Amino acid sequence: MKILIKGGKVVDPAAKFEGVTDVLVADGRIAEVKANIKDPDALVIDARGKIVVPGLIDIHTHLREPGHEEEETIASGTKAAAHGGVTSIFCMPNTHPPLDNAPAVEFVLLKAQKEGHVNVFPIGCITKNSAGEELAEIGVLKKAGVIAVSDDGSPVMNSQVMRRALQYTKMFNLPVISHCEDKNLTKGGAMNDGHTSMVLGLRGIPKQAEEIMVSRDIMLAELTGGHLHIAHVSTAGSVELIRQAKARKTNVTAETCPHYFSLTDEEVKNYGTNTKMNPPLRSAEDIEAIKIGLADGTIDCICTDHAPHTEEEKNKEYDLAPFGIIGLETMLGITITELIEKKVLTWAQAVEKLAVNPARIFGLAGRGTLKPGSIADITIIDPEREYSFSEKDFVSKSKNSPFIGRKLKGFPETTIVGGRIAWPLKE
Amino acid sequence: MTLQRKDLLGLEHLDAKEIETILNTVPPFKSLFTRSIKKVPTLRGKTVVNLFYEPSTRTRTSFEIASKRLSADVVNISVASSSVVKGESLIDTGKTLEAMKADIIIIRHGLAGAPAVLARNQHASHINAGDGFHEHPSQGLLDLYTIREKKKRLKGLKVLLVGDILHSRVAKSNIWGLTKLGAEVRVSGPPTLIPSRITDLGVKVFYNLDEALKDVDVVNILRIQLERQQENLFPSVHEYIELYQVTANRLRAAKPDVMIMHPGPMNRGIEISSEVADGPNAVIYEQVTNGIAVRMAILYLLSGKKKAI
Amino acid sequence: MEKYTEKKIVMSKDEISQAIKRLAREIADKNEGGKDLAIVGVQTRGVFIAKRIIDELKNAGGYKGGEIPLGVIDITLYRDDVSSMETPPQVKETDIPFDLTGKKIVLVDDVLYTGRSIRAALDELMDFGRPENIQLAVLVDRGLRELPIEPNFTGKKMDTSKRELISVELEEVDGADRVVLMGEE
Repeated sequence: MKILIKGGKVVDPAAKFEGVTDVLVADGRIAEVKANIKDPDALVIDARGKIVVPGLIDIHTHLREPGHEEEETIASGTKAAAHGGVTSIFCMPNTHPPLDNAPAVEFVLLKAQKEGHVNVFPIGCITKNSAGEELAEIGVLKKAGVIAVSDDGSPVMNSQVMRRALQYTKMFNLPVISHCEDKNLTKGGAMNDGHTSMVLGLRGIPKQAEEIMVSRDIMLAELTGGHLHIAHVSTAGSVELIRQAKARKTNVTAETCPHYFSLTDEEVKNYGTNTKMNPPLRSAEDIEAIKIGLADGTIDCICTDHAPHTEEEKNKEYDLAPFGIIGLETMLGITITELIEKKVLTWAQAVEKLAVNPARIFGLAGRGTLKPGSIADITIIDPEREYSFSEKDFVSKSKNSPFIGRKLKGFPETTIVGGRIAWPLKE
Repeated sequence: MTLQRKDLLGLEHLDAKEIETILNTVPPFKSLFTRSIKKVPTLRGKTVVNLFYEPSTRTRTSFEIASKRLSADVVNISVASSSVVKGESLIDTGKTLEAMKADIIIIRHGLAGAPAVLARNQHASHINAGDGFHEHPSQGLLDLYTIREKKKRLKGLKVLLVGDILHSRVAKSNIWGLTKLGAEVRVSGPPTLIPSRITDLGVKVFYNLDEALKDVDVVNILRIQLERQQENLFPSVHEYIELYQVTANRLRAAKPDVMIMHPGPMNRGIEISSEVADGPNAVIYEQVTNGIAVRMAILYLLSGKKKAI
Repeated sequence: MEKYTEKKIVMSKDEISQAIKRLAREIADKNEGGKDLAIVGVQTRGVFIAKRIIDELKNAGGYKGGEIPLGVIDITLYRDDVSSMETPPQVKETDIPFDLTGKKIVLVDDVLYTGRSIRAALDELMDFGRPENIQLAVLVDRGLRELPIEPNFTGKKMDTSKRELISVELEEVDGADRVVLMGEE
């Protein structure tokens, strides 16, 4: 099928292009990018007044299948991604069973092929069962199709094990995505350690618990030369450590999530558990530092850490509710409202965080750009549309979002995956 | 003089006027205790449920007596022996009590925010009888009442809280109430047991107890939980006693008419010496009496027409 | 809440004073001049009227001497309608500093209307002990009873309608003595 996107403003920083033009899609690839394309066989999408960007790539999500299909499945999670304008997602291996063996990885890939609405790239475990003790069969996992390794949900507490992981993965060119948390410092913690945790009587998770491990992992990356990718950066201290490491040319990259540049720990005031995630919401100073870190390139990617949980799981005492919030459907809206509208990032810079850098860092050839010949993953955005989501507007199986009711600007109208329209859904 | 609230979950969000309203409502209830019929029919026909997820004899009994002196019907649910152990969630327990048309639910729970989670979904009035490290508002109010009754004022009074402030819901409620009514609040304990941000609430921190005691009008001694030693929060009970036990000797630094309080139960010989506990300055048992009157006032003020959730 | 305006003054300062003198005489006559007598005023204005009655009893003829004990009761905690109110009303002092048992109690209130306040006052007094009898003295009886309660001593009896309000003002509380009939605007 051919698609002709007419009159949209194309923002393609990887091709060093930004301007109003037409885009022709054929056979799942970008065929042409130029003004006034005519093709009578193509389905025309009128993109006047819209922004046309390479399909967004969310490098940190939890799809819950296999094991917790009541929270989300590969089908429902990818549908939520399409609704959010996301054309490719990476899924974390903390499923049940975990992705520390080839059959599990193959299962995810097969399911995604059969039922997925967008591209799915699995992440394998660093250690067996993510227990942090023995390396998983990383070579086998790479062959099965993983795009990186991570024990996300847990840190690798043992420094020697983390060192070996960074060394071993060098031969496969696999980034090691690190969930930085000193578990001894965070034991029993439910929210950021600060004024609000004191007033609410909740045990705090100090910022230093993240920064200590960021520091350690950077030093291990320097010791081994492996590729370290820091997951969900949440504190000013972490941003500064990464900035200094990059200045030293350490092989480190980093990501952050929309809630870390839009919400502070004061959100927790009424014990609502849609404010509970790990790492937790921090302070206004940290939000500022993360915005600066995005603008100056210290933080490379924006992702969601999409972590679905059912209502039964979340509707309880704050200490007992699981950590995690969904994010696929609000990532673009929050990014536009908090970063582009507030002049922290330009459209081109935002596209770098959401598509170009993810593709480059994780070696996704043919993605992250709209150059002719690349894969036709495209997101068409209405930059002016204002909206807000109520619970029933979410396509994800789970509704645990702190952004319910929040005014957002910038809506992903059309999502094209491999030259096929993934959103809106064909009824 | 009214309290426009459905629930009493803490003193953080009450303003000075609301706290004074509650304190001013207490005397008629306290005056009942000297009569031979210590009962009034005000809450006749109302169902009060004591929902206690943590064991407690003193607070539960106090609320039970307060409710019964108001002629209410009291039901005691202590969780160890209830369906909650079979895995019933807090929300479902709340819905069950709502279906039984309970009027007032008094809840004590080990986790902060549990009363708030219950109250936001139910029509009944909820009273927080202690939630984790968060607040214990009725204890805070009875402490305020006891101080005001004896010292005739709260404004400008120097009040010291000693002990494990970090884990103390009694301390938090006391701090909110005392600062809102103009008292000068000090806390004393080892750095490991005092939250670093406590100064945000307008209190002065003293790691040295003798410094803290200089010239104070009231000392409220908090119970030390011996399990905290396992968490490396203090090295030994012996060391704690050396540094923080309130003794008659130490009290010489305070004002001669210093008032000694303790929420109970006391660890005699640990945070408080027997000499002080049994001495003329201690009002520990008066706190217990006042506790019932204060709880009656709270129940009375929350008993109006059911308010919207 | 309906708004009420003053329609007319139904008792002047003099008339109130005369009425209280007469109440005191009648109470003394019916009670052997004051033997074993105690006066209990209902909060708030009933208390001040009770105090004035005690003063008059000391001055009136037939008074046999000795202190007449004064009690004050607040009936709020015994009312039948607290839980249907938006916010529970303030509770004032109740103080009965003497033993009721064997005493003749004269309960004093400013206005007798439905009779429910007096019913509450009777229940409350009974919880203090067992008096020999309880008699009722009121400054104004405005009719419209909802319970079978009648005063033993009445200052002024009048017919009113449910849409009217009787307001008793006393110098001790309101700055001047008068009883006013109020109607809807």
